[in-house]
Amino acid sequence: MTDLRTRFQDWLPRLVLSPSLAAVLVFVYGFIAFTLYLSFTDSRMLPSYDWVGLENYSKLWGLRHWHTAIANLGIFALLYITICTAIGLTLAIFLDQKIRGEGLLRPIYLYPMALSFIVTGTAWKWFLDPGIGLEHTMHLWGWESFEFGWIKDRDMAIYTVVIAAVWQSSGFVMAMFLAGLRGIDNEILKAAQIDGASNWNLYRRIVIPLLRPAFLSAFVILSHLAVKSYDLVIALTGGGPGRATELPATFMYSYTFTRNSMGIGAASAVIMLMTIAAIMTPYLYAELKDKG
Amino acid sequence: MGFLDIRNVTKSYGAVEVLHQVDISVQEGEFLVLVGPSGCGKSTLLNMIAGLEGITSGEIAINGRVVNAVHPSKRNIAMVFQSYALYPNMSVAQNMTFGLEMHGVPKPERDKALKDVAALLQIEPLLDRKPGQLSGGQRQRVAMGRALVRDPDVFLFDEPLSNLDAKLRVDMRTEIKKLHEKLKTTVVYVTHDQIEALTLSTRIAVMNGGYVQQLGTPQEVYDDPANVFVASFMGSPSMNLIPARLRLNGQAAVEIADGAGQPVALPLTGTPGGAQDGDALLFGLRPEALTDTEGADRHARNIVTFRNPVDVVEPAGSDTFVTTTLGGKDAISRMRADTRLTPGQTCDFAVNMDKAVLFDPRTEQRLRLT
Amino acid sequence: MSHATQDTAVRTGRIARTFIYLVLLLFALFYLLPFFVMLANSLKPLSEITGGNMMALPQDWTIAPWLSAWSTAQIGVEPTGLRPYFLNSILMVVPAVAISTVIGALNGYILTKWRFRGDTVIFGLMLFSCFIPFQIVLIPMARMLGLMGLAGSTPGLVLVHVVYGIGFGTLYFRNYYAAFPTELVRAAQIDGAGFFQIFWRIMLPVSGPIAVVNIIWQFTNIWNDFLFGASFADLDSMPMTVALNNLVNSSTGVKEYNVHFAGAILAALPTLLVYIVAGRYFVRGLMAGSVKG
Repeated sequence: MTDLRTRFQDWLPRLVLSPSLAAVLVFVYGFIAFTLYLSFTDSRMLPSYDWVGLENYSKLWGLRHWHTAIANLGIFALLYITICTAIGLTLAIFLDQKIRGEGLLRPIYLYPMALSFIVTGTAWKWFLDPGIGLEHTMHLWGWESFEFGWIKDRDMAIYTVVIAAVWQSSGFVMAMFLAGLRGIDNEILKAAQIDGASNWNLYRRIVIPLLRPAFLSAFVILSHLAVKSYDLVIALTGGGPGRATELPATFMYSYTFTRNSMGIGAASAVIMLMTIAAIMTPYLYAELKDKG
Repeated sequence: MGFLDIRNVTKSYGAVEVLHQVDISVQEGEFLVLVGPSGCGKSTLLNMIAGLEGITSGEIAINGRVVNAVHPSKRNIAMVFQSYALYPNMSVAQNMTFGLEMHGVPKPERDKALKDVAALLQIEPLLDRKPGQLSGGQRQRVAMGRALVRDPDVFLFDEPLSNLDAKLRVDMRTEIKKLHEKLKTTVVYVTHDQIEALTLSTRIAVMNGGYVQQLGTPQEVYDDPANVFVASFMGSPSMNLIPARLRLNGQAAVEIADGAGQPVALPLTGTPGGAQDGDALLFGLRPEALTDTEGADRHARNIVTFRNPVDVVEPAGSDTFVTTTLGGKDAISRMRADTRLTPGQTCDFAVNMDKAVLFDPRTEQRLRLT
Repeated sequence: MSHATQDTAVRTGRIARTFIYLVLLLFALFYLLPFFVMLANSLKPLSEITGGNMMALPQDWTIAPWLSAWSTAQIGVEPTGLRPYFLNSILMVVPAVAISTVIGALNGYILTKWRFRGDTVIFGLMLFSCFIPFQIVLIPMARMLGLMGLAGSTPGLVLVHVVYGIGFGTLYFRNYYAAFPTELVRAAQIDGAGFFQIFWRIMLPVSGPIAVVNIIWQFTNIWNDFLFGASFADLDSMPMTVALNNLVNSSTGVKEYNVHFAGAILAALPTLLVYIVAGRYFVRGLMAGSVKG
């Protein structure tokens, strides 16, 4: 009954979509499976297919470098997410007060987002260098006792990564919150004021709870950026001093490509993926269910 | 066999059947309105006629040809959408001729068709504009023009007036009616507005819950409703449905409680078949069949009057609606505009029993008098 | 960003307002300072940097560091400057962005207007691919590129970026087309337009805003990428970011900070330019990708 052209038209959408689907299945999910498999083999410089079970994982968790990387990621993610959210929210609320020059300030807060982490790292590496950067400048300006040598300090270097990362991303978080604020129905605010709420209570009790979706999005975006962070560390500290600012992403790269321990590198990548999946999956599931 | 035949058509989404055994035959030149509350299946049915949704079982035939597996563009139909669905990037003229272009009609013919329809709808000055530059009423006209240009076998309208404001809606309603009388085309028109259904149609299919509740002329559907749903859905204010009891000793009558709770007997012109004395009934009475005594229909054969207190008086310009209590429920009476009544007062009500209808309160089906 | 600004109804006192402006200006300073320092010092001779104050404007203005960064600075072992790598990046970015925009538009169109059983799952698979840590695909990707004969080449990098750009492109166009009335597609179907005719004649002409968003997003991401460039490029296909990192971290000779800064600004220039020209769309795009995500 159905004429050929109609039947072809029915299948055309699926046909056009299939290369993308195939690419995603192979290059994303197939590759994930391959890396997962490698993490159970004794691959070193080249992939090998000799099964060693969980040996790579037990080796990995026995490595001091990995522990450093995980601890650094914990510190980095916690501070990065908290500070970005705090600054982003503050700036958004402040910018939302009929500020003169908002059109000028907003792009200033946002432009770091357009830069590569390599550029950001290069700028901050130098800015934080005690010999020529901030510390040196303060000395020249007469504040002789000023000291800011975190980038050269094994215990403090990870915090300089936080500073540079916050500099890059907090404006973006500001934009997310600002969009959220602008989406709130003004009548709700007016009603709350008529109810006698002070500004402080207005924000604490009404506005901030209404920004829940923006908080959630910010958290998801920032946490996955934190786990993926690689370029910034490379450009800012190179993982140093020593191995003090190693993160899982840099760990994976160096074990896989320079230390010829591909199995261990694969295992670390699997753990990174699992961390992100644990955060993303519930979020994506809820989003997709909503829109069905 | 009609011009458009819908034969035993059902629609299911997975295990859920949303349209049950719909059977409608439309003659050439008829104006069929599908009316019902949202979710009743009327739009689904329209989309199935258009070919935008598949048919789970049954058949749809247009002009003698079964079209179940035919692509929408090859069914020779045209459709006017609720949102008008004008292509925002094209001018009015391009919008109207896009379908002809897709069907490979040569440019001179397209231009001629465009010119004729634009003249008919008086939209010539709009042809070069973009849809974004048009008012709601103008967009509506263009959407109709796009359908007319195709000169289809069947016009499908999907709630075309629901996005217009009240006054424009009435004007466009008249215009659609005029157009239909002039062109004598076959139309299937979906709406949730019962007034549109009554004014426009030659026949109405009242739908609810995926069933066609009643199929008939506007007059039949209004005066002779098949069940409680049709009775209460059609007409505004809607039909009074008063709880009552059947009395069969002596002349057959319905007994209802008046405002004070006292029984009032209203004699019937026949008896409902198979009913027993004392059976519970729903007594259906249109507001215009419950009036003041001077306002009663002079040609009616069976008018009953009784006194009852007035609860609320609502002047509505051309009429005044008076609410009173019957059978423990509000009943609305339609009176003349100059009625001088105040709440609390008692007045004479006249019931036109010729227009009364009875329903079985359990099945909600009509009980016919014999 | 929702630009139909409805001003907040909140009122603030004079002292509070002064405080707010102060905070806003301080942060503006925080965001501008590193860039100002880079720019100022890229225009100084090296002697003025090592001995002088980084906050000061140049005394001896010079564009020599810029010329050096562009055409003569030592990248790795070759004194080529960043110019060839800048071209590499352009050759990589332009096709990758073009292809992934077309793919994203088609996917979004199909997933909203030609829905079929299982389409949500497919979209979910694509969406999740936006967020994977790319470390998980590095090893097999390197092998795959080798098998395909694309190892260390610009087409190889284009392929990588197109594949991992499918998710975001689809996301953007899907969200945009979801708001596009399906009745229009139905009307076009009744008018007799087919799958590609509807896409070409009805959807594409109104896709300008989202196409801009997607182009900016993909451009920024691909231009700024370091991981794939560092992993899969060789000397002839190395993109700008990797070259810049080599320049800055080359261990031979004196560290020419002024050249590094000029190079860093050169590397940032295309994305900054895009951002200045179309920044409002850029923000809107970020929103579409996150808040609505």
